[in-house]
Amino acid sequence: MIPGSFDYSAPSTLEEAISLLQQHGDEAKILSGGHSLIPMMKLRLASPGHVIDINRIPDLDYINEEEGFLKIGALVRESDLEESDLIRTKYQVIYDATKMIADPSVRNVATVAGNLAHGDAANDHPAVMLALGADLIATGPNGTRTIPITEFFQGFFTTALEADEILTEIRIPVPPANSSGTYLKLERKVGDYATAGVAVQLTLDAQATCTHAGIGLTNVGDMPIEAVAAEQALIGQKLDDERLKTAAQLASDASDPMPDLRGSTEYKKNMVRVLTYRALKQVIEQILS
Amino acid sequence: MQSITVTVNGQVYTKEVEPRLLLVHFIRDMLSLTGTHIGCDTSNCGACTVLINGRSIKSCTQFAVQADGKELTTVEGMAGDALHPIQEGFKEEHGLQCGFCTPGMIMRAADLLSRNADPTEKEIRWAISGNLCRCTGYNNIVKAIKYASAKMAEQMEPTEA
Repeated sequence: MIPGSFDYSAPSTLEEAISLLQQHGDEAKILSGGHSLIPMMKLRLASPGHVIDINRIPDLDYINEEEGFLKIGALVRESDLEESDLIRTKYQVIYDATKMIADPSVRNVATVAGNLAHGDAANDHPAVMLALGADLIATGPNGTRTIPITEFFQGFFTTALEADEILTEIRIPVPPANSSGTYLKLERKVGDYATAGVAVQLTLDAQATCTHAGIGLTNVGDMPIEAVAAEQALIGQKLDDERLKTAAQLASDASDPMPDLRGSTEYKKNMVRVLTYRALKQVIEQILS
Repeated sequence: MQSITVTVNGQVYTKEVEPRLLLVHFIRDMLSLTGTHIGCDTSNCGACTVLINGRSIKSCTQFAVQADGKELTTVEGMAGDALHPIQEGFKEEHGLQCGFCTPGMIMRAADLLSRNADPTEKEIRWAISGNLCRCTGYNNIVKAIKYASAKMAEQMEPTEA
């Protein structure tokens, strides 16, 4: 499979990349890891006239905690997250999701920011970032703006990014003590999209009352879904088994999956319930242990 | 057309390429290095795996222009005077049947062993999860990588002065 012809630029600054975006408008696509874009180009589902490769822009591959946020730069690869001690020890929900994405060679290339900017409800990081309450930093001709993750996904493969903006940073509030998370993904084989995926991030106080709950769902609707009612059912509560079951059912109710080769609507909704329950139980154990 | 300069297996090549040329086609058709195979052409099977700056990537899902200025290793670059320990492992442990997946498996194993010199069986299986063997010869592939890990450790041991 050979993609259609296109012009290629590999700018060495962000400013240059943005001015190319302005110049070429809808015709241009940003290439970072390319593991969503290039397959679409090979299938001719996408035929951009101009590809802007941002991989030559320096200093976009940082993972660090600063000013109360975990900051992840646009060119951080999935494998960088997988190999980061900070991510493994403090952001288990990200770690668990990352190692379930595609396979090691793809993870050497694919970026977290690309996974989000593609706007695909089947991708894994959107649910994770919903659970963590991330902010996304978009850089355009007029500088940067902050887009809360809850406003980022606007429809089927549609995000809040303007045509001349680049997603340059992911900003996650550093979780307080007694916080933990996980990502559970049901997949048919390694590297497959999720039949259903659930990201959970919880914080408990000293009395084991839940003070924060974030629940994101993967590939069970047109868009990544935040299970708000399920979160509300947990916050301010003692998390006994009944409470977890209620929340799991509410998460399932929030899902709206299409039937496909991975299963029927009913099956997928039930898997959301099962995975949410398991994830909540596991995260509580992680916090208490 | 765009001019790119790529170092492949230690040799520097400068070529004019169309931006849409896939890296795997550049390697096979322009450099005539046909050890790198095309399997699924959809980044699932790993037959086209090569190293860029030491990390394994699937060359069917990158453009050749992206490799400009980079260092590539293909299976042809593994052996010196003797077989590379990974190649030797595949030979000794019958790690190949039809051999189609082998170059990709070897390059993936090279990335793994460069970062984890003594992987467990589980780690090896996880590491090759994006490389498919249609002969289903996985057990011997795992043994081959184990063999290579032991052999490379042996070679690393300082000799007595």
